[in-house]
Amino acid sequence: MSERLEVRKTYKLYVGGAFPRSESGRSYEVTDAKGKFLANASQASRKDGRDAVGAARKAFGGWSTRTPYNRGQVLYRVAEVLEGRRAQFVEEVSASEGLSRSKAETSVDAATDRLVWYAGWADKLAQVVGGANPVAGPYFNFSLPDPTGVVAILAPQDSSLLGLVSTIAPAIVSGNTTVVVSSYQRPLPAITLSEVMATSDVPGGVVNILTGDAAEIGPWLASHMDVNALDLAGIEDADLVRDLEVAAAENLKRVLRPAPGTDWTAQPGLERMTAFLETKTVWHPIGI
Amino acid sequence: MAENKVSTGSTGESGSTGESGSTGESGTTGESGTHALDARTAFEYAPAPESRAVVDLRSSYGLFIDGEFTAPGAGSSFKTVSPATEEVLAEVTEASAEDVDAAVKAARRAYDKVWSRMPGRERAKYLYRIARIVQERSRELAVLESLDNGKPIRESRDVDVPLVASWFFYYAGWADKLEYAGLRSTQPLGVAAQVIPWNFPLMMLAWKIAPALAAGNTVVLKPAETTPLTALLFAEICQQADLPPGVVNIVTGAGETGKALVAHPGVDKVAFTGSTEVGRAIAKAVAGTEKRVTLELGGKAANIVFDDAPVDQAVEGIVNGIFFNQGHVCCAGSRLLVQESVAEEVLHSLKRRMATLRVGDPLDKNTDIGAINSRDQLEKIHELSDTGDAEGAERWAPQCELPSTGFWFPPTIFTGVTQAHRIAREEIFGPVLSVLTFRTPAEAVEKANNTPFGLSAGVWSDKGSRILWMADQLRAGVVWANTFNRFDPASPFGGYKESGYGREGGRHGLEAYVR
Repeated sequence: MSERLEVRKTYKLYVGGAFPRSESGRSYEVTDAKGKFLANASQASRKDGRDAVGAARKAFGGWSTRTPYNRGQVLYRVAEVLEGRRAQFVEEVSASEGLSRSKAETSVDAATDRLVWYAGWADKLAQVVGGANPVAGPYFNFSLPDPTGVVAILAPQDSSLLGLVSTIAPAIVSGNTTVVVSSYQRPLPAITLSEVMATSDVPGGVVNILTGDAAEIGPWLASHMDVNALDLAGIEDADLVRDLEVAAAENLKRVLRPAPGTDWTAQPGLERMTAFLETKTVWHPIGI
Repeated sequence: MAENKVSTGSTGESGSTGESGSTGESGTTGESGTHALDARTAFEYAPAPESRAVVDLRSSYGLFIDGEFTAPGAGSSFKTVSPATEEVLAEVTEASAEDVDAAVKAARRAYDKVWSRMPGRERAKYLYRIARIVQERSRELAVLESLDNGKPIRESRDVDVPLVASWFFYYAGWADKLEYAGLRSTQPLGVAAQVIPWNFPLMMLAWKIAPALAAGNTVVLKPAETTPLTALLFAEICQQADLPPGVVNIVTGAGETGKALVAHPGVDKVAFTGSTEVGRAIAKAVAGTEKRVTLELGGKAANIVFDDAPVDQAVEGIVNGIFFNQGHVCCAGSRLLVQESVAEEVLHSLKRRMATLRVGDPLDKNTDIGAINSRDQLEKIHELSDTGDAEGAERWAPQCELPSTGFWFPPTIFTGVTQAHRIAREEIFGPVLSVLTFRTPAEAVEKANNTPFGLSAGVWSDKGSRILWMADQLRAGVVWANTFNRFDPASPFGGYKESGYGREGGRHGLEAYVR
């Protein structure tokens, strides 16, 4: 009896809850850390970027008005489904990042735990960063956080899953929707993560994942007038950082600058969440 | 403590209450009938000018660097005029790039050697001192503000200056409590470059300087070209308070001075309030640097009146929303969205109320609307409001006599405005209101949010659930429900989208000044 031939996966983009190939028809070869062929990934174009922004904008109204409790449960569900695919992620992270099996396991587990951590923030953030304001007059006055809108995330290049999850989760937990450009060299965990998203009750369009070159797609996202914020986590080239910030200034996008050498295993603070939040203050007179 | 009160908008007291029942069919007789009061003659006021004697103006001013004024007349200078009379008030130094450099270096020295090392409780005491001196010299500050800016003394006296004192008082208290603020850090950033506009010269100074100093930063502040005088008086207050030299530096000048300050490599933080256009340029200028930025930019706020709103209170709110400070307010309620079923009634009351507004001498205590801040601004208001006529909207303004010298624009409304009109999309920054109508709450939300700005919004309704729903739906940083244009140091203020980023006021306001 001959050995069974494995069924390989076609790695595609994730846009609006569907898995299209790049409209450009392009793909690029992905290898493991040692240079061995792993797969052909779709190479997203600027048009794919625009499609993804459209999908993210369309999803914003629904996602941002879910109750925080519900968003927390959805994020927790993502963690559950990710855990269920642990073996697959360990294999992909190990191959992509050149990690030993045990180190890859640690990294995948940290990604799952990170999702659980952020899931719990959904219905607590408003109390921590908002509140009643004691104004000098007969007014009830309170401030609440509100999601900024569509966040374009240029994901970390090295940390293919943990870094990716650590940038997506804080953006979506508060109700933003996202367009994510994955690590260029290590895109496979990102596409598998999109399969997790697709099966975890995350509405289509809330997370859109493009594989490809952030230096190519990034400028189009940075200058897109329907994108509200930009996370530059994965950009290392200082000139590109500056150019992207300049483009982002056109519609005053909120920009989260890269912090080279970020330790993605470290406990995150609130910053990645508050970077993509607006504070809304409401006044009403008190009287009879 | 100062009271925060905007007298033009105090809900409940309303100029036209007595006749509010007679709106509708009898409306036309109300204006021209023989029994109706003609506000222009029946309410003749005697002049009640505030004395200028309290202000001791110098003929020329230097820059305030390292605790001292530089000698005036060195380098180039410019004149600041009273917009109400076009009288030259003083000659002011235009800071060069070298001056800016000297100011930033002084701020850095003060930061390294004194201010960042000082315990928070001592910083607090300096800020409390400043708050007290502002209160002590409040009359002088108010008169000078009205002289240089053109705003009515009633507003500078009852709104601007009390808020300035309260801002310092509020942030003084944070200086020794930063570890309880729940921020990322309690460490200051360093030297803050602060560039402020001409619409609330002293208030914007306080909004910038108070939180910066409380958190342990030192500052170089550039007041607006047309309104430098109260900032220079504030420099004297810093001297009176014995504030260590270099902690606050004031450099006067125009756009070039501002650019030099923002671009200076010795600056760690840029805070700007002003136009979206300049804000965008600043965001580009600091791209790729480590500088932190907060921007408080333009707005085109919707003031939304539902059919169940108490009409007289809503009309007061509309008037306060757009005519407060001649409409030179980034958060002004410049788009009135009124529910179709009450549009006629609301507009009728609004016009009657507008006819009682008194336009004229800013120093007269009875003045409601003062002078437009500059000739340039007046031209911009003319240009944009002319597009309203050209694009088919209908202009209305009460009959009012405008002084023959100075810069003036009557309170004006445009009806029949559509969302495509320039006067519904662009910030006019003057006493010009665009009126649109809507039928359903969803339509109101859609129209209100249909703008690249997102600074503020107003909602007028008696229905609590609808107010909260509207507040939730509106994409704006401040939502005033059944009130408008309220400010308080404890209340975060700032915009969504192209109205900028960062918040000023409250605990949130500290965030911009710590690492």
